[in-house]
Amino acid sequence: MSENIKEQELAELYSESEYWHVNLGETTIHAKRISGKFRNIKWIIAAAVYLPCFLVPYIRWEGKQAILLDIPGRKFNFFSLHIWPQEVWMLALLLMLFFLVMHAVTSVAGRVFCGYFCWQTVWVDVFTWIEEKLEGPPVARVKLDAAPLSFHKVKIKAAKHTIFLLLGVFTGISFISYFIDVYDMWGYYFTLSGPKEIWITILPFAIGTYLGVAFMREQICFWLCPYARIQGVMSDADTIMPTYNFKRGEPRGKIKRESGDDEKKLGDCIDCSLCVAVCPTGIDIRHGQQEGCITCGLCIDACNSIMEKVDRPKELITYISLRELLGHRHRPFYKRGRVLLYFAIILSLCSGIVWGLITITPLSLTVIRERQPLFVMLSNGDIQNKYTLKILNKSNSDIDVAVKVRGLRGAVLELRPSKITVPAGKLKKVTAFVREHRENIDGKSTLTYFKVENMKNKKMRDSYKTVFMGPKR
Amino acid sequence: MSDINETPDEAGDTGHEWDGIRELKNPIPRWWMVSFYASILWLVLYLILYPSIPLITGNSEGLLGWTQVKEYKDGMKEVEAIRAPFEKRIKELDVGGILKDTELSQFAIASSKVLFGDHCAPCHGSGGQGTSGLYPVLVDDDWLYGGKIETIVETIAEGREGSMPGHKDSLSQKELDDVVKFVQSLSAGSFYAPGKKVYLGETAGEAECAGCHGEDGKGLTDFGSANLADGIWRFDGTQEGIMHTILYGVNEDNPDTRKAKMPAFGEKLMPEQIKKLAVKVHLLGGGQ
Repeated sequence: MSENIKEQELAELYSESEYWHVNLGETTIHAKRISGKFRNIKWIIAAAVYLPCFLVPYIRWEGKQAILLDIPGRKFNFFSLHIWPQEVWMLALLLMLFFLVMHAVTSVAGRVFCGYFCWQTVWVDVFTWIEEKLEGPPVARVKLDAAPLSFHKVKIKAAKHTIFLLLGVFTGISFISYFIDVYDMWGYYFTLSGPKEIWITILPFAIGTYLGVAFMREQICFWLCPYARIQGVMSDADTIMPTYNFKRGEPRGKIKRESGDDEKKLGDCIDCSLCVAVCPTGIDIRHGQQEGCITCGLCIDACNSIMEKVDRPKELITYISLRELLGHRHRPFYKRGRVLLYFAIILSLCSGIVWGLITITPLSLTVIRERQPLFVMLSNGDIQNKYTLKILNKSNSDIDVAVKVRGLRGAVLELRPSKITVPAGKLKKVTAFVREHRENIDGKSTLTYFKVENMKNKKMRDSYKTVFMGPKR
Repeated sequence: MSDINETPDEAGDTGHEWDGIRELKNPIPRWWMVSFYASILWLVLYLILYPSIPLITGNSEGLLGWTQVKEYKDGMKEVEAIRAPFEKRIKELDVGGILKDTELSQFAIASSKVLFGDHCAPCHGSGGQGTSGLYPVLVDDDWLYGGKIETIVETIAEGREGSMPGHKDSLSQKELDDVVKFVQSLSAGSFYAPGKKVYLGETAGEAECAGCHGEDGKGLTDFGSANLADGIWRFDGTQEGIMHTILYGVNEDNPDTRKAKMPAFGEKLMPEQIKKLAVKVHLLGGGQ
């Protein structure tokens, strides 16, 4: 008896495997292109996000590249802002912010990133568009792939792969343009000169783009991309995602004009498979939400165009949450605990970054106390401590700096050199001797503060806490 | 994963069988073979390009002629090329000129770190803090022989040997007590009159302290006699310590005497090395 139940369960468990096709890239997926709402959204987002990525390095600001990750100079220029490695904690916050925004968006509306923003899927979209221009629609492409080698085939394929490779190289160059002055960079490339790094760095990008986008395509999403998997588990029953409304659609079947009775028993899905044909990852959305779905919505466009033709209501495939599909009330995102938690974390990360950006000071001070010896007895009985001040000027102009010492009653400060000018973008080391009468010191060590400020702009300042040491009393 | 072989038996077996486990003739995965051949190619190239084959008297040199020592020497050449202009100027300029040039003195300080550690630090401490009672402090403003840069060069090059006679036999106990009190009072800013007579040699003991240490007790750098009127003690500032110094002297011919001898470095070190050290010592804090 119990064995029967077990067998039945097993059978159910494996019943899915009959239609469950694991796409390992044996057959190239040639997705059909049809126009529609999501097709347009995809193009608009691609243009709005990726065109700037290629163009931004050409923006100049105050005579320099506006956005430049200056690795040799060890700083990040962002318009007027210069971020030094000391502020790298903000980068950590920024990366966490990106990650959490992706989590939040995914739990609300599924893999929006995969469908519309991901470099891989957008580039695959562009590459297949080029492919279609050169080789024709999917049917022609499949035929060409299967055709024997001929001059015509070689010509088309060579042209295609040349364009793909060039796009790969251009991708690499565009990446590099964020790390080196873009006009210098083009100069180097045209004169075949420049640092070897800019030549070497092109390779992984060109090869990666060529292999990943021209050949692997959806295989990257299936088997390589960790984000795809992470995002996959961020969605739940409340997440709105492209979903096939099986209640309306099943049982699916072709329309038979003669027998009106059969038609009534069938659902709205006419089993035309256009939703599969347009899918860039080659999945069948009618099997439900699955790992291969990048939620690009192109199947919605496809299905709607068919529903229009057969005069049935649209949105058989639509953005809907599983909960709503099953007939429950949809829970809006602002009523969902995890979404609110995400937003709370995002808010705190944002405020951390904003606080960091506001409090960045172009002048920074570090003090190193001389410890050998801890203090020096002078011939007049005074005690002398020696410090090395490291004054960093992160701004673009030289700064004349005034140094003060606080926390001691009768301290005399001697600086070497006595007049301090910190050059733009440089660190200046200054030796400071502090002398204090012995009777002014209470204990073995006294809290002392060094303060530096820009002589022309008193608001530009920094201070550092240290101690003044003396003999035991 | 796509390489799962649906018909493993197709290729046949080698005839080897152990306990029913047969060795099949299926080919090794292509990616594996590709990396295998690539690593053989790598090996051959490496053998040709780099020193790798042991011979009877040494090893093959390799086409690139690379060795670790050569790379090290190239690196050192690079460093020396950067240092060369500074070294040249240090050689040319006199020590006062080096001191006036901030950049050059920074170079002198940085490049004399090892020199200082080898030759000075054993006695004077790694930071010039001295060794209490034995070796003078270099970081304070009190100088036995003078804190001018030229004097420091002289001190390093020629060495110093302090001298002070012991007064064990010439002073009575009363005179001794008085002069110790006087010396203590000098640095405290007060004045112990009975001791002054002993100090000036006006008593029977004929101490003649003032002859070397000066009437005001401030010492004379020409003799290297210590300043008795400041807050810094060369040997020991306690009552017993002062008494000991007066009794047994410095570098005298008795076992209890104070020792104060600095070796001459003029023969050991090059003139430019001494210049660098002098600049470093001068800038430790007390240079005059």
